[in-house]
Amino acid sequence: MLKLLRQSPLSAQIGMAIVLLNIMAAVFAPIIAPYGETSVVGDVWEVFSLKYYFGTDHIGRDLFTRMMYGARNTITLAFITTFLSFLVGSSLGFIAAVKGDWTDTLLSRGVDIIMAFPTLIFALMILSVMGSSIPTLIFTIAILDSTRVYRLSRAVAMDIEVMEYVEAARLRGEGLWWIMRHEILPNAMPPLMAEFGLRFCFVFLFIASLSFLGLGLQPPLADWGGMVRENAGAITFGIYTPLIPAGAIALLTVGVNLIVDWFLHLSSGLHE
Amino acid sequence: MKNVLILIAKRFAASLLTVFIVSVIIFIGVELLPGDVAETVLGQSATPETVEAFRKELKLDLEPHVRYGAWLKDFVNGDFGNSLANGRPVSELIGWRLTNTLFLALITSIIAIPLAICLGMLAAFYRNSFFDKLISVTTLSFISFPEFFIAYILIAVFSVQLGIFPSLAIIDKHMGFGAKLFAVLLPSLTLTCVVTAHMMRQTRAAIINVLASAYIEMAEIKGINRLRIIVHHAFPNSLSPVINVIAVNIAYLIVGVVIVEVVFVYPGLGQLLVDSVAKRDLPVVQASGLIFSFVFIFLNLAADVLSMLSNPKLRQSKI
Repeated sequence: MLKLLRQSPLSAQIGMAIVLLNIMAAVFAPIIAPYGETSVVGDVWEVFSLKYYFGTDHIGRDLFTRMMYGARNTITLAFITTFLSFLVGSSLGFIAAVKGDWTDTLLSRGVDIIMAFPTLIFALMILSVMGSSIPTLIFTIAILDSTRVYRLSRAVAMDIEVMEYVEAARLRGEGLWWIMRHEILPNAMPPLMAEFGLRFCFVFLFIASLSFLGLGLQPPLADWGGMVRENAGAITFGIYTPLIPAGAIALLTVGVNLIVDWFLHLSSGLHE
Repeated sequence: MKNVLILIAKRFAASLLTVFIVSVIIFIGVELLPGDVAETVLGQSATPETVEAFRKELKLDLEPHVRYGAWLKDFVNGDFGNSLANGRPVSELIGWRLTNTLFLALITSIIAIPLAICLGMLAAFYRNSFFDKLISVTTLSFISFPEFFIAYILIAVFSVQLGIFPSLAIIDKHMGFGAKLFAVLLPSLTLTCVVTAHMMRQTRAAIINVLASAYIEMAEIKGINRLRIIVHHAFPNSLSPVINVIAVNIAYLIVGVVIVEVVFVYPGLGQLLVDSVAKRDLPVVQASGLIFSFVFIFLNLAADVLSMLSNPKLRQSKI
């Protein structure tokens, strides 16, 4: 494992450094952050200084502190959502592949219908009906996103399902769950892991967009997308505060993408 | 040719079915799922009388399938009901905003499609060179950036630092075409960055794919100029995937405008949708959601039909 890390290309190392930095910020937010998440400490939109590393936001809260807590809230939310989406999407995908027949048809048509909607519009409509709360956000995005996971895991499982060892397990009389857990899942792991990175980026951007539209995490919780929205007015005065959270979102997605690229390269077995 | 007609007819029928199901889901989602819309919208403080009156107004006392029929009939006739927020007819609110959104999407397509195709061809021509890698890194970053990040960077550069464009794209009904064009230029540049990245990568991949075939080698052996090979020999054969990705990206564009419209306070359908979701103005949400979905489904259909028509292999295949 260590050897593999040392051999990784520069791009992947940069990606890992970015992701690690973000995770550290998220985990140790209360320790690193000099002020409280919601406490007003200075004037509106103060510039960078030793007192406020990133300046202050639209009501005088320390932006650095908000960034740390924002990392914690946004990344945790995106991670939970992606995890849930994989749990639902890959189980359904495996079931469709192993069971085949009408189960497959029914699930696939259902997924086709959800995918016929533009994702953002679907999410907006659900949020308008249910109201925006953290559980609603997680479930809505997880279900919308699980359709993509379903497509991939079904395709991957279809390839594995025709293998002799799956046939052997079937003849032994193993049940559906056993086959999915012990035969299909281990072999489907590499493509699914790469997909996890990509889906995480997508979910993370999606949550950030919803928060930016004011429909994601609600204030006073710190959240990067929401922080861009709150400070957006500053840009017309030549104050670049909103670019900091927006840049952090961009940086993390680029970082994850760099790792995923390396991973795809590794698992495709291509070597230079 | 007969085969491809059957294929298109099948695809068209599938789209019609999807449109029907989508309309049912939107109807059910907004009117039936949340238990009682009336109570949700009016809040807990509402008296039973107001709730009852509100239910009457929304015709919530009728059977669901009857309401769906009436709702769909009104919708097809262009009557989307009244806004809950200000009581004005939804069609009045939507009409002008829809044209604005389509205008923004049109300007963006006019800039983005030729740009993406040219960049894609150039990247395929100079493949594996520094130029190719530079374009590849740039487009990859644009794909992973949130739209509002690109938008605010453009605002910071072009309207704050250079002072060329206004930072808000405010237009009204009496503006001339030129003034409108000027106002939407910055938002459409933002969208161009996002969609060009996807289209250009696909164009490059499609052309490089064709470059591996024997007839291209033949052309090379004949000593034809390499740029000419790409433009005249490789590009026509990679048209099918390119057209497909263009149509898919325009579909994305129609939906992707939501964020850009909010950033630039542009009076389009996307901004109306977001405002109405915040206000929980359900008739407006229903109508704009349905319009967005229709456009999205239709453009995806167009993508498939066009790529079927431009691909000779698909035209011959037995179904």
